[in-house]
Amino acid sequence: MRKIRVIIAKPGLDGHDRGAKVIARSLRDAGMEVIYTGLRQTPEQIVEAALQEDADAIGVSILSGAHNHICPRIMTLLAEKGLDDVLVVVGGIIPDVDVPRLREIGIEGVFQPGTPMQAIVDFITSHVRSERVPASHS
Amino acid sequence: MSRSPDRAAPSTTAEPRTSSGRRLRTVYGAPDVAGIVYTDDLNDPGHFPFTRGIHETGYGGKLWTMRQFSGFGTPAETNRRYRELLAAGGTGLSVAFDLPTLMGRDPDHDLSLGEVGKCGVSVASLPDMRRLFSGIALDQITTSMTINSPAAMIFAMYLVLAEEQGADWSQLSGTLQNDILKEYIAQKEYIYPPRPSMRLVTDVFAFCADRVPRWNTISVSGYHIREAGATALQELAFTLRNGIEYLEHGVDAGLEVDRFAPRLSFFFNAHNDFFEEIAKYRAARKLWASVMRDRFGASDERSLKLRFHAQTAGVSLTAQQPYNNVVRTALQAMAAVLGGANSLHTNALDEALALPTREAALLALRTQQIIAHESGTPAWVDPLGGSYFVESLTHDLEAGARSYFDEIDARGGMIPAIEAGYPQREIANSAYQHQQAIESGEQPLVGVNQYVDDAPLAVPTLFIDEEAAKQQLDQIGHLRTTRDGARVAGALDALRVAAAGSTNLMPLLLDAVRAEATVGEMCDALRDVWGEYEETPAL
Repeated sequence: MRKIRVIIAKPGLDGHDRGAKVIARSLRDAGMEVIYTGLRQTPEQIVEAALQEDADAIGVSILSGAHNHICPRIMTLLAEKGLDDVLVVVGGIIPDVDVPRLREIGIEGVFQPGTPMQAIVDFITSHVRSERVPASHS
Repeated sequence: MSRSPDRAAPSTTAEPRTSSGRRLRTVYGAPDVAGIVYTDDLNDPGHFPFTRGIHETGYGGKLWTMRQFSGFGTPAETNRRYRELLAAGGTGLSVAFDLPTLMGRDPDHDLSLGEVGKCGVSVASLPDMRRLFSGIALDQITTSMTINSPAAMIFAMYLVLAEEQGADWSQLSGTLQNDILKEYIAQKEYIYPPRPSMRLVTDVFAFCADRVPRWNTISVSGYHIREAGATALQELAFTLRNGIEYLEHGVDAGLEVDRFAPRLSFFFNAHNDFFEEIAKYRAARKLWASVMRDRFGASDERSLKLRFHAQTAGVSLTAQQPYNNVVRTALQAMAAVLGGANSLHTNALDEALALPTREAALLALRTQQIIAHESGTPAWVDPLGGSYFVESLTHDLEAGARSYFDEIDARGGMIPAIEAGYPQREIANSAYQHQQAIESGEQPLVGVNQYVDDAPLAVPTLFIDEEAAKQQLDQIGHLRTTRDGARVAGALDALRVAAAGSTNLMPLLLDAVRAEATVGEMCDALRDVWGEYEETPAL
């Protein structure tokens, strides 16, 4: 009966952490175990945190427009570490044109401004690999 | 058009509250203002405590400055936008820098990857500053620069450029945001620990008191505190308490209050809750006047007058049905004008999606011009003064802010409070409560949780391609190979030595800028001496 473990990560130079913190708290209230990395984490640090914490999911918050540089790097590093089964979602100011590209590299959830918290909770709950968290799919 | 099925429409008969959570009645009357004494609490506009405004004639003498925050891509691209805004009737410039510049990193630093020119203009060196203001005489305009950790470095570049243009520093006018405390509290663009950062701020105060006397040395900012989730009351209280902290540090650094206090300016949010926002500006003026007189013994009337810029609330803009944002912005701007803003930025309709397009930025400016020239509003000074409701709200906000002052004083001041995560936690709690209110439908958002459109409506958005970053990389590469490297190294060494002592750093930064040292190099020199700040996140 293990809880879903989620890393909420804030990469890049941007310091706007309102969204990351509200989401971290919403996921925690929904019964998940949430590790918030704090600001200005490199992709290397985020992937290392996922490894150390045995995370089931990583939620990346980016508002600065640097997602096209940061997200592919995270996905490459996850693959290198054999963490392909970790669910990755991203939220922030993500233009529509970038969404298909992010999905293509394996980011399953892309949450744009105005997304209800419950939609994010539901998405993570239903998309985390069932073999990682058997109890979550009862 | 349909309603989202899982959320009830809000009842208009629900008990009304302000954004600060204050329960309200639907009718206010004379008993609600019975304790208010006109001459003590309000007084005529232009008279202590300036609740009704700092000018006797309000906007009669001069309209507010229409100052549209703008910057993207390369300095040359932003320069074109500035010339357009000035040609369209904008009356001041306001520079938005990109994240690498705000964080004191050059375009060729690893951490700048993907961020150069994205959220603002990239300005790394004196040649960039020359391109940014090409064809614009610095002594003929006023410029606001939104920069904090590297404020002194960027200001040094501006001063050297003015010198090159033949302008007299004593004639320069504008504003440096230079508000580091709200970075630790809300926006998080800090570099150094709080104490050395405060020294940079007070060095600017002292330098300008002597050399650039018409410059606003700081813009004590509630805007970002509000955007991070604070209520109107928290915005008011934390901002003014930060102002008190700057005053105390200036005095501790040996400055006489009336020598630097008149150049402090403020920056507030203009949010949705119309009457509470108006009351907030009125309470701010009154609080500041009494703090300056009673806490600091200021006697120069200019020290007592709170001047402020307002910006409509970025966080209130929605990506859904973006044209609705024009209406939100107009109402927020109207509140700022009724509250006596001295300067105003109106957001563009597309800013929940991207930086604004040229057309959207122009419409935002036109919104201000319609309020100014068609609504008739600016003809009357504090037209809501005496309203039972507005006076009662003003009084309550003032009392609430004083309670926060007491709490922060009891914690030993704002820096210990920040180090303990106190304002950060207060704001995070408010942000979370606000989000829950949106989720439950208790806080209606048209187009988001009410009146949702099934067919999304796309608006054109500004796209910043990678060309800007490439050009900035080329420019800085060229600079590094063509300037006098020994002169740069000497200036940076001198800066390190001075940083370890207590001398004013502005003259050393000016020397480094004249040697064409970059923002990243100057900031690194101080990183070598002061180290970097790391926060303990408060959820």
